[in-house]
Amino acid sequence: MESESGVLRGEHFLSGNEACAEGAIAAGCRFFAGYPITPSTEVAEHLSERLPEVGGMFIQMEDEIASMNAILGAAWGGMKTMTATSGPGFSLMMENLGLGIMTETPCVLVNVQRGGPSTGLPTLVGQGDMMQARWGSHGPYEIIAVSPSSPQEFFDLTIKAFNLSEQWRVPVLVMADEVVGHMTEKVTIPEPGTIRLTARRTPRVPPEKYLPYEPDADLVPQMAIAGHGYRMHITGLTHDRKGYPVINEEAQAELVERLVEKIRKNKHEIVEYQEEMCEDADVIVCSYGISARTSLLPIERAREEGIKVGFLKLIVVWPFPDELIDELAGHVKGFVVPEINFGQISLEVERCAHGKARVILVPHAGGGIHDPEKVLEAIRRAAA
Amino acid sequence: MNERHPMDKLLREDRIPHIWCSGCGLGTCLTAFITAIQESGIPLEQMCVVSGIGCTGRVAGYLNLDSFHTTHGRAIPFAAGLHLANPSLKVIVISGDGDLIAIGGNHFIHSARRNLDMTVVCVNNFNYGMTGGQGGPTTPLGSKTTTTPYGNFEFPFSIPYLAAASGAPYVARWTALDTRRLSKSLGEALHKRGFSVVEIISPCPTLFNRFNKQGTGLDVLKSYQQNAVIQHGADPAKVAIERDGKIIVGKFVDIERPTFLDMVKERLGDKFEIPWEKLERKEVTVPSADE
Repeated sequence: MESESGVLRGEHFLSGNEACAEGAIAAGCRFFAGYPITPSTEVAEHLSERLPEVGGMFIQMEDEIASMNAILGAAWGGMKTMTATSGPGFSLMMENLGLGIMTETPCVLVNVQRGGPSTGLPTLVGQGDMMQARWGSHGPYEIIAVSPSSPQEFFDLTIKAFNLSEQWRVPVLVMADEVVGHMTEKVTIPEPGTIRLTARRTPRVPPEKYLPYEPDADLVPQMAIAGHGYRMHITGLTHDRKGYPVINEEAQAELVERLVEKIRKNKHEIVEYQEEMCEDADVIVCSYGISARTSLLPIERAREEGIKVGFLKLIVVWPFPDELIDELAGHVKGFVVPEINFGQISLEVERCAHGKARVILVPHAGGGIHDPEKVLEAIRRAAA
Repeated sequence: MNERHPMDKLLREDRIPHIWCSGCGLGTCLTAFITAIQESGIPLEQMCVVSGIGCTGRVAGYLNLDSFHTTHGRAIPFAAGLHLANPSLKVIVISGDGDLIAIGGNHFIHSARRNLDMTVVCVNNFNYGMTGGQGGPTTPLGSKTTTTPYGNFEFPFSIPYLAAASGAPYVARWTALDTRRLSKSLGEALHKRGFSVVEIISPCPTLFNRFNKQGTGLDVLKSYQQNAVIQHGADPAKVAIERDGKIIVGKFVDIERPTFLDMVKERLGDKFEIPWEKLERKEVTVPSADE
């Protein structure tokens, strides 16, 4: 069932990738540029059909580099924009993810993670890009990344990603994975008008008074749209408030510090997690994406065994909830972190636990999800 | 009170002096470009200039228009997004040979293939100037650069041939000496529907021309006067540039071909709803070879 605006409504049986595409449409995304790559291709395929129905534009570019650039250009043209990719495609997008960060361009980049490195396992799951999401483009910066565990969350978090990117003027990463992208489940789409959407922060001053990088109180500047008479200059070089290149230490300090601080200082408004049974817990299983979901069974078993286990699911993975982990570390014996890599988010948990609690990684090379026994075993060890 | 230069309102005066070397052809290219913009009749608010990285990549920063200085080689895909988000904009890419044809070569050919409605101005000085004069995709065989100390042994691209073969419906080449023909041709390119490409052969006296003992900027312009031959309609396959050889200039391709959005519209019909104010295309004539 579709509403008049073309946004789906009601209950649907959707794959994660389709749910992501529908979430983008519900969020107001009307421009998608992408390049086919397994296991994210269905996002592009679905949008190639759906975007024209809602007056949007779909274009398949020549590669992921071009896709990332096209969504930045289209964002300055006034659109809400998205691309989706996997594996090597994510690596190719890192260059211009940096341009998006530097020019403070709102847009959404979806990564349906697969097994790596290199071509790795195109059709099978991985979670090995979590640190690349944080640090993959060169230079110092802060980024926002969310991670869905189900098609419903893929829908919801894609909308959230658009809202966060408009609010903080930073590209937002949706770090899904092959299992979530390809599993098909019921997705409930809220009634049109009940979905909260964040509008672009366009200039509140006339062109002659406009400075493209003059920040508001929350450190985020107002964004003019090309063709609206503001005649702005936008560059990937270090720039001043006018947007003009300035190649010196002072300009770098002012700009990059603000790019970092606008996320750090507003972290309390960005961070989101799901915390269950953590109050009395001796052990907390901390995870994200599909690995958070596959942790539920071993947690249940451990509880049956009498171990007091809590569950902490990271919904926003970056920025990382440092203070929360620090606080929880004060009253648990240990954290168990299952993830489909050899230790990425587990290192963050370790960093934030400050040695107060042990952190046990449950690694997985990729290509499948965790054996519940292995997570259960780690819980037992953490509780001991 | 000082009199204002008629081009001042199109320049970001607070960014002058520019970074270009004395004798560089980019000032002439910029002047020809501004002349073309002023004569085009296209409202300035509708114009967007997108550049990549390099000496030519700095053009965007000096123009008082909506201007975007993107990453190396990526001006065209950025411009593609801008154009498709708002087709009423007139999107112009200005960048150098290394930026557009080497690192950005894939974007160049595919955007020409799609016939995206934008103008691409490629200033070709046969080397990477910003990084100190390395060989590039258009460096003629035998030419010396800092990375071809034994003389270039890679076959170069001929930009008009590449553009035409990839589907660009408008392809022209001029030298930085042909200022009047160049600005007329740029005007024509601005009004052309589709992927219009203008190559400008331009001096780099600090690096390329010095390494190859071609003299000062003025000497290089004099060599253009001697070596450039206007051949409108010349076969793009036959306009390759050789070291110290003739430079065939002129308008090589000017054909009609449906643009990407024409094709989208044809295929999607009523589904295609992007508001699209058509630009007024003025008739502009380029002086013929006889003029």
